[in-house]
Amino acid sequence: MRRAGGPTIIPNFGHGSSCVTGDHAFCWDWVRGHWGDTLGPALVQHIELTAIAVSIGFVIAFLLGLATHRVSRIEQPVGIVSALLYTIPSIALFQLLVPFTGLTWTTVEIALVSYTLVILFPNIVQGLESAPDDVIEAARGMGLTRLQVLTRVELPLAVPAIIGGLRIAVVSTVAIGTIAAFLLPTGLGYPIFLALKEPTPFKTEIYSAGALAVALAIGCDGLLVVLRRVLVPWASKGLA
Amino acid sequence: MLADTATMHTFVDAARFIGNHTGLLATKTLEQLALSGAALGIALAIALPLGVVLGHFHRGSTIAIAASIVGRGLPSLVLIAAFLTVLGIGFVNNMVALAVLGSGPLLTNSYDGVERVDRDAVEAARGMGMTGWQVLRSVELPLAIPLIFTGIRVAAVTIVATAPIAAIAGGGGLGDIIVNQASYRLSGVLGASICVMLLSALVFAGLAGVQIAMTPRGVRRTSVIGEPQRREL
Repeated sequence: MRRAGGPTIIPNFGHGSSCVTGDHAFCWDWVRGHWGDTLGPALVQHIELTAIAVSIGFVIAFLLGLATHRVSRIEQPVGIVSALLYTIPSIALFQLLVPFTGLTWTTVEIALVSYTLVILFPNIVQGLESAPDDVIEAARGMGLTRLQVLTRVELPLAVPAIIGGLRIAVVSTVAIGTIAAFLLPTGLGYPIFLALKEPTPFKTEIYSAGALAVALAIGCDGLLVVLRRVLVPWASKGLA
Repeated sequence: MLADTATMHTFVDAARFIGNHTGLLATKTLEQLALSGAALGIALAIALPLGVVLGHFHRGSTIAIAASIVGRGLPSLVLIAAFLTVLGIGFVNNMVALAVLGSGPLLTNSYDGVERVDRDAVEAARGMGMTGWQVLRSVELPLAIPLIFTGIRVAAVTIVATAPIAAIAGGGGLGDIIVNQASYRLSGVLGASICVMLLSALVFAGLAGVQIAMTPRGVRRTSVIGEPQRREL
């Protein structure tokens, strides 16, 4: 899957166009030629990385959020722990997990899930707390049980905040996912990683994989905006 | 993931590495701090005044939103690699890439901080005969300090935490050890990772302390620590 070109010691004739071997700014022919073996698989891996991390993170954060909603005493400690966790550089967290889980997907996912958790948890708690007291009392007055208040009043009102959290979580996970390439040959970070290891960094590979990562982040963000419009049309104000 | 004895040994080795290579680690830490400091300095010099001015005139919300997207969505690895292709390997490209990363939260927060100051307060100040500059200096900026400082803290932690990645583009610092397992082995990689982690935590805690000390008493709100903004590293 490597390109030919650059000042390699053994000249590799016959591979790559003049654009690639001349190291021009951007070579469409390389992108076309390596979509199937490099960029496409990397994109798919990246989507998998992100989807798994955000789903697991969401489930855990949601359960923790519900628990916190009941027992609000644990909000402050959990908040401080997660803020501190968030300061751990991903490259360090990935490495520090290696002795436990090895150079595996599990390692990468544990780190990614931790970061999504930290982002989602405060948003979910904040969302659940956002129902005005009057509204909750009115619901109680109408004879709703606590569970019904939760499912029919508090959760629907929490949806905008939860989706707001998901947007940040997804975009961050796509970004942090590129760092996974320091551990595993996976995701959109890997082509960039390889391109940087070339004697002269291979621009086309950096730009195309980088653009895919950014596009993936923007695309996921857009999908969540659409989801919010569908779920809670009353909460939509512009694109922000 | 129970910590069995082999795992324990790995961390003991890492601790030993830290003990045996304090000189190397100190040098690399200083390198990383120099790079981070330079990047933060540039971001502070450009993004902070820009955000404050835009917020003061209630202009350029698109720029602020764009900055927040840059801060959130641009993977640091992509940014560092892209700047490397333009500026070449070494200190400068990493400094610029990190400065761009840090500019996101700085610009967004300084814009938000000033822009969202209570309009009534601003109008009262104007009614008292203050000029635009005086309003900015004695009303808007003090009220915006908590948000601006959160922006500075997020930017600083983002930059310090991303700096190890710069090693892949010749930026030096503790990342040099982390990306070079062949020379430093797992113990070195882990030791350096622990140092990187401690460094970020120290910067975070130190700036949180400064923030509490600097925030005018009247605008101190509940928690300074809360709401971790997105940091992608």
